[in-house]
Amino acid sequence: MTQTTSGPAAAGGATAPPLVSLRGVQKHFGDLHVLQDIELDVSPGEVVVVLGPSGSGKSTLCRTINRLETIDEGEIRIDGEVLPTSGPGLARLRAEVGMVFQSFNLFAHKTVLENVTVAPIKVKKESKKDAEARATALLERVGVANQAHKLPAQLSGGQQQRVAIARSLAMRPKVMLFDEPTSALDPEMINEVIEVMTGLAQEGMTMIVVTHEMGFARRTADRVVFMDAGRILEVRTPEEFFSAPETERAQDFLSKILAH
Amino acid sequence: MGSLLAERDMLWDAFTTTLTLAAISGLIALVVGTIVAGMRVSPYVPLRTLATVYTEFLRNTPLTIVFFFYVFVTPSMGFTFDYKVAAIIALSCYTSAFVAEAVRSGINSVSLGQAEAARSLGMSFFQNLTIVVLPQAFRTAIPPLINVFIALVKNTSVAGAFSVFELFAMSRRMTNVYSGDVLGILAGVALCYLIVCIPLGQVAGHLERKVAFAR
Ligand SMILES: Nc1ncnc2c1ncn2[C@@H]1O[C@H](COP(=O)(O)OP(=O)(O)OP(=O)(O)O)[C@@H](O)[C@H]1O
Ligand SMILES: [Mg+2]
Repeated sequence: MTQTTSGPAAAGGATAPPLVSLRGVQKHFGDLHVLQDIELDVSPGEVVVVLGPSGSGKSTLCRTINRLETIDEGEIRIDGEVLPTSGPGLARLRAEVGMVFQSFNLFAHKTVLENVTVAPIKVKKESKKDAEARATALLERVGVANQAHKLPAQLSGGQQQRVAIARSLAMRPKVMLFDEPTSALDPEMINEVIEVMTGLAQEGMTMIVVTHEMGFARRTADRVVFMDAGRILEVRTPEEFFSAPETERAQDFLSKILAH
Repeated sequence: MGSLLAERDMLWDAFTTTLTLAAISGLIALVVGTIVAGMRVSPYVPLRTLATVYTEFLRNTPLTIVFFFYVFVTPSMGFTFDYKVAAIIALSCYTSAFVAEAVRSGINSVSLGQAEAARSLGMSFFQNLTIVVLPQAFRTAIPPLINVFIALVKNTSVAGAFSVFELFAMSRRMTNVYSGDVLGILAGVALCYLIVCIPLGQVAGHLERKVAFAR
């Protein structure tokens, strides 16, 4: 595994070509310059945790990577391929980028099993039998196999989020994006989701994770990206970031978070 | 109402014509309206514009004018339809605009996260719509759709003014012949409409309960 340890010029010391690469990305919401000069490379197998105060653009950053948000300028590449603006090429690249949302977004009218099999069957044209076998294995792995025939609303939040992770994994993505996956959960359910994510990281999944779970960031992140007001201010290893943040904004942010 | 019983063959004829008009137009309107609603939320601007113009135009035009168009204007342009066919086309077009609006409001009630999840899994717009959004949209759209179909059943009476012998045309002929029984005839015909519309409302309630799902 490659680790780029320092400097916002993310190309840094990476040896393998980056799996996700953002170059000069600019994004506006009207007058709000929500992403400014974003440069970020994520190597295969790397876990990047994105931290930052509310409204700093973390979600927007995540969402541009599978083009749920368009960008105004710059370039985003997934495994070397420039993200197209629309059409089948975009759909194909999206299928390679898994996304886990804060609000789970499981398909409400489909059972847990169907949630996991629908995209492999319809998008990847896998046979129903294969898709179900794999879905069952994935549900097993995230610990909700016994809920396979229930509707999402019948599950707890933690279970729903684990199903959502299984649903993404079913597409065999090259990289997984997590946008505050545990923020909508009751405290006692956070760990079950974090455990699944930690397991994924250990298996070498490339992950970009927006989270407020500092424990996860410390233990699992290869690099921490700190954002404020639309900019990436620091890219450091977790040890460096948590023990000696460089920027005042990061010090400020950490003191508030850790004061809790 | 005795006169209606005396002419029950004619009544039956008219009743089935009304039913046929409503059923066939309803089915066509459901299909066309759903397609139009899908076009209205599509990422392709020309499709969206076309669908908006279609809906707004038909929704804001009196049904009689739509009938007039298909019964008198299109023949002059070289397309001649049987009166019943013309009536079905007119009713389908008109009703499809209302179906499109009902389905669109259903689509808008589906949370954006559903469509975003579908997109992030690599689904195309069409897959997103047919697999994820529409099945959920219809659940919310059932009550307004039933209203649209009830209106359709009653709107079939306009066909009576355009040479289709349905319930309303029959009632006019009957009241001319049996002028002593006007009230009975009208009550009988009204009853016929009720016989169709009330179960529709019932079906709505049943469907709603059946497809209800916790969110
Ligand atoms: N669709 C939108 N239209 C307009 N402004 C938006 C939109 N989405 C986000 N914003 C704004 O962009 C800024 C960044 O939002 P974003 O959701 O990326 O922040 P965030 O870092 O994820 O914050 P949080 O920790 O609260 O989730 C915020 O000021 C937000 O109000
Ligand atoms: Mg956010």
